[in-house]
Amino acid sequence: MEDQELTQEIKPPTNTKGAARWLKDNLFDTWYNAILTCLALVCLFFALKGFLTWAFTEAEWDVIPANFRLFMVGSYPQEQIWRVWNAIYILSALMGLSAGLWGGLVFRFAVALSGVWFISALLPVELSTRGWCLGAIAMIAVSFFLGRGRTGLRPWILGGWILSFPVIMVVLRGFGENGVLTSNWGGLLLTLILAVVGIVVSFPLGVFLALCRQSDLPAIRWVSTTYIETVRGVPLITILFMGNVLIPIFMPGLDINQVLRMMFGITFFSAAYMAENVRGGLQGIPRGQHEAAQAVGLNYVQTTLFIVLPQALRSVIPAIVGQFIALFKDTSLVAIIGLIDLLGVARSIINNPDWLGLQAEVYLFAAVIYFIFCYAMSYASQDVETGLGIGHI
Amino acid sequence: MRKYLFQTAALVLAILFVTPLVANSQESILEKIKERGRLICGVNKELPGFGYLSQDGTWKGFDVDYGRAIAAAVLGDPKKVEFRPLKAADRFPALQTGEIDVLIRNTTWTLTRDTDLGADFAPPTFYDGQGFMLRKDLGITSLKELAGATIGVTAGSTTELNLADTTRALGIEVEPVVFEETETLYQSYDQGRCDVVTSDKSQLLSRRQSLKNPDDHIILDVTISKEPLGPVTVHGDNKWNDVVSWVVYATFFAEEHGITQTNVNTFDTENPEIKRFLGASGDIGAKLGLPKDWARQAIAAVGNYGEIFDRNLTPLGLPRGVNKPWTQGGLLYAIPFR
Repeated sequence: MEDQELTQEIKPPTNTKGAARWLKDNLFDTWYNAILTCLALVCLFFALKGFLTWAFTEAEWDVIPANFRLFMVGSYPQEQIWRVWNAIYILSALMGLSAGLWGGLVFRFAVALSGVWFISALLPVELSTRGWCLGAIAMIAVSFFLGRGRTGLRPWILGGWILSFPVIMVVLRGFGENGVLTSNWGGLLLTLILAVVGIVVSFPLGVFLALCRQSDLPAIRWVSTTYIETVRGVPLITILFMGNVLIPIFMPGLDINQVLRMMFGITFFSAAYMAENVRGGLQGIPRGQHEAAQAVGLNYVQTTLFIVLPQALRSVIPAIVGQFIALFKDTSLVAIIGLIDLLGVARSIINNPDWLGLQAEVYLFAAVIYFIFCYAMSYASQDVETGLGIGHI
Repeated sequence: MRKYLFQTAALVLAILFVTPLVANSQESILEKIKERGRLICGVNKELPGFGYLSQDGTWKGFDVDYGRAIAAAVLGDPKKVEFRPLKAADRFPALQTGEIDVLIRNTTWTLTRDTDLGADFAPPTFYDGQGFMLRKDLGITSLKELAGATIGVTAGSTTELNLADTTRALGIEVEPVVFEETETLYQSYDQGRCDVVTSDKSQLLSRRQSLKNPDDHIILDVTISKEPLGPVTVHGDNKWNDVVSWVVYATFFAEEHGITQTNVNTFDTENPEIKRFLGASGDIGAKLGLPKDWARQAIAAVGNYGEIFDRNLTPLGLPRGVNKPWTQGGLLYAIPFR
């Protein structure tokens, strides 16, 4: 009797999975949600209809491939374009090696980058460009296999990344009048250079400022606080204008490169915000951590480097990455002072007599490029957070 | 010893800051350019026909060609020029601070700019004038009828002031709509957000082509201002201003005498003035501080005035108008090369 009851067949619940069930659970679970869903669909239809009709029938997308080079490198001279490719190859090699050594996120980025080169090679571009693209893929692949498993190389590759930056600058610039003047750097190339410099330099500078602001020494604390509050009280555009107009007035004859001035402006501006983000993290470290560190005999530098900063930075990763993303987009402000970055290129293309009146296409393309980079940064930060176990309580 | 440390540091700093000031004031820009091996020229980057970045990443336009001509005259190579794109508001500070050697950015010559702004003007290379473009179906043919219309204009230009002057003089009320950027001005006009758009006639003509139906729009047959556009150098450097001015005259002179980009190197003449011009005799180059063949280099680089005009402005549908040699009833008049 009991046995019979136990083995009584219970039918599995029907329709717990699949698209229909998901729709019912999420979009049509009550009558008012069903109505809202339908309304939203109608709105979406009308909004998308206009956009899609425009995108597929009216828009003149010719403007993008025709000006692709301009978007990527601006007025960088054609005959010196090998410099840009050399820079890309250096980065590809490092990327491949790192992908082999660390795997994970770097590997995924390396694959994505290879995908981009592959698609570029398939596009109707010049034969030489195709060669360069395929070469970049080969570079990534070869260095990936070279680096795989050789964990002893790790410190060398980290050093390589740090060294790669000045090397790439020299490769892109060349020497003297035979090289490529920085005023010819443009497009995505310039945007990336400004953003990378801003991010790489402003981060340590921001950490340093945040520590100074927490210092017990009043002079250091005041200097740091004054700096942070002054810079945060001024819009970035003003700082860039000051760099561009006031430096030559105060120091006539001193010829500071325009791109360099913008790098300084962006870096110092971003460092102030970074400092406040980091300070937020520092404040979250309980007093006990410092005391415990002192109790085991660590000095100030050791406490900061091994106890405080790792915990503080960990908790403010989202804020820091948010700042990086904002910085990346803020580089577009240099277009206003005459450098031709990605947005500057977009603006000059819509004023080219051959392509007048195509603002929508050109701006949309620029927006897509900005989005790709910002999303990549966001994705990387989520990956790092997952890796560190943040958010999993 | 330590007592003097601060004073010494201050002195060194002061010397460091003052030295470039002094050095700066003595040397002509011309010498600086020769030393640097490159001319730095401020241009517009978004005015079709006058200055813009072309598809292959090179600079093109009427003003840009003048920059190349000056580079060719001074350094013997039209490629030795660096173009700095400037916004209207930044162009004079850039000139005053020595950021750029010469400003060729469709800049109108006015009394205030010549005096207060510390600029020296070379002869105008393009005589423009402010006009009005509107839809044909409005049926308006004179300025008086514009009363009550919304008129689109770009911010911070002489255009805005001229519009105010003109409507006040006529005693009519109009509603100006001010746009920060040229591009948005014409787009908004095309979408019907303003009835009329006012700007330099050259710009109206070139921009009309980019409208959806160019034939629906007319440009009124009135000109409310004089806009002589030309190269500008910083005030007080006469030697350099002479060079820029004479390169401009050289392009006028070449057109007057039929010297072109193709025939300049083989031009055969017994005319003593042309011989002097081409550097075959005399020393006019040395008087300007330039090589003997400066004018020939400039013409070989970009051609005479007519060629520069035809290359950049004719494709946009701009008529020569008054921008013709004086021998043909225009305003271009080269001073004697003697």
